[in-house]
Amino acid sequence: MLVATAATVLVVGGLVLGVVSSPGWPTVQQTFLDPFHARESFPAILDGFWLNVTMFLIAEPLILALGLGLALARQSRAPLLVPLRAIAVLWTDVFRGIPTLVLVFLLVFGMPSLGLQGVPTSIFFWATVALVVSYSAYVAEVFRSGIESVHPSQLASADALGLSRAQAMRFVVVPQAVRRVVPPLLNDFVSLQKDTALVASVSLFDALFSARDYANFNFNYTPYVVVAVFFVVLTVPLARLTDALGRRYAERERAGAR
Amino acid sequence: MTEDAAGPLLEVQGLRKTYGPRLVLDDVDLSVGAGDVVCLIGSSGSGKSTLLRCVNLLEDIDDGRILLEGREISDPLVDQRAVRARMGTVFQAYNLFPHLTVLDNCTLAPRRVHGVPRDEAEARARALLKEFGLLGHAGQHPDRLSGGQQQRAALVRALCTEPSLLLLDEITAALDPELVGEVLAIVRRLAEQGTTMVLATHEMSFAREVATTVCFLHEGRILEQGPPEQILTAPREERTRQFLRRVLPG
Repeated sequence: MLVATAATVLVVGGLVLGVVSSPGWPTVQQTFLDPFHARESFPAILDGFWLNVTMFLIAEPLILALGLGLALARQSRAPLLVPLRAIAVLWTDVFRGIPTLVLVFLLVFGMPSLGLQGVPTSIFFWATVALVVSYSAYVAEVFRSGIESVHPSQLASADALGLSRAQAMRFVVVPQAVRRVVPPLLNDFVSLQKDTALVASVSLFDALFSARDYANFNFNYTPYVVVAVFFVVLTVPLARLTDALGRRYAERERAGAR
Repeated sequence: MTEDAAGPLLEVQGLRKTYGPRLVLDDVDLSVGAGDVVCLIGSSGSGKSTLLRCVNLLEDIDDGRILLEGREISDPLVDQRAVRARMGTVFQAYNLFPHLTVLDNCTLAPRRVHGVPRDEAEARARALLKEFGLLGHAGQHPDRLSGGQQQRAALVRALCTEPSLLLLDEITAALDPELVGEVLAIVRRLAEQGTTMVLATHEMSFAREVATTVCFLHEGRILEQGPPEQILTAPREERTRQFLRRVLPG
């Protein structure tokens, strides 16, 4: 305990000292860590941040649903669903390959220019769609690995009880698969939360765009640090919550330590 | 064999099953009347488990027919789910659903396959769990239970759908010796209640005690079958004698 504390103090202290004593430190302090500019930019960034949070909250359930749907489509054996399976494979291959930022550009500028009646032209709408499309491809693969990790004997057991394939998926396989993939899913959630900042590049007033607006106007980069803090504050509680959930499942269902 | 006027409950005729080039079951004939307890014995790889898996349609068969209550169930056009819903199967490795409580394990099929209302399904499951000394574990998840308790729970799960035929695939093979007894006690009780069962087993003394028919399988064939006192004490075939010398003490 004592050794751990001493070691930590030494390492952290050394790092801080190294940064603080660097020749450019006063300049950095002025341009990145100015309390005045932090206070001044805070309201606008907070406003913009709600847009990030809103986008995340809308996109996440859609991604989960679509990702699971894609994974199940890929998993299906029914001959009738072969076209669906092909689409699912193609979807994953294509949208996982395109950089998310490129997808944002393509959808935000491309879809409205189709000029189709009834197709929304809102930047927010298409930026959210781009995130959903891109992340659903990742999440689908996460779900698929979870589904494949459930032992075939569980399916045999469900079959033997007379459950249909759909029922076996719904009541036996998917619940177990989801529990197993919670940690990697969280990883994708955190990544998504951060990637909502990509919409700043298509002129949506999110946290990052607000910060850039302020920074360009005042020649001070402190708002970027404020934005960084916002995102960290958002992701850390989610990580702890997921850890706690995982522990609860483990305690309840794996008590035998077999 | 207790064949009544209505014919046997389960009938297997000329069953053949291959895995690729390997012949696993060859020309198997088996007849199981209501109330029969048929024990399949034989060394591992002799086809006991495969035969059970073919009977509840978990495996496709290559040739032959399987009839349940006189109707052919091996016909590809038959609704396999409806057939399986009338059989109960217990596996060597329990195969309980780890994310569900013992009670939910037992009520899943009655509720989702047989459309029994929740209250009714739970009442029936609780009654069976109580009968088999597991009521205290109804709310627990399977991994909290010992192997013997898990296997008893798996038996209850199979019984909850009130199957007309129970298939038991070496259900004591994965258990510690001291836990085997509690599971066999249940099977014994079921046999006394007149449950029709086909079971693959390595427990020869148990087979002798409860079986109405013992079948000795060797290399995918039923080499001989008959009442346990005949097969286990005075077998006709040399192969059977060799097998029994290996597994029987003394």
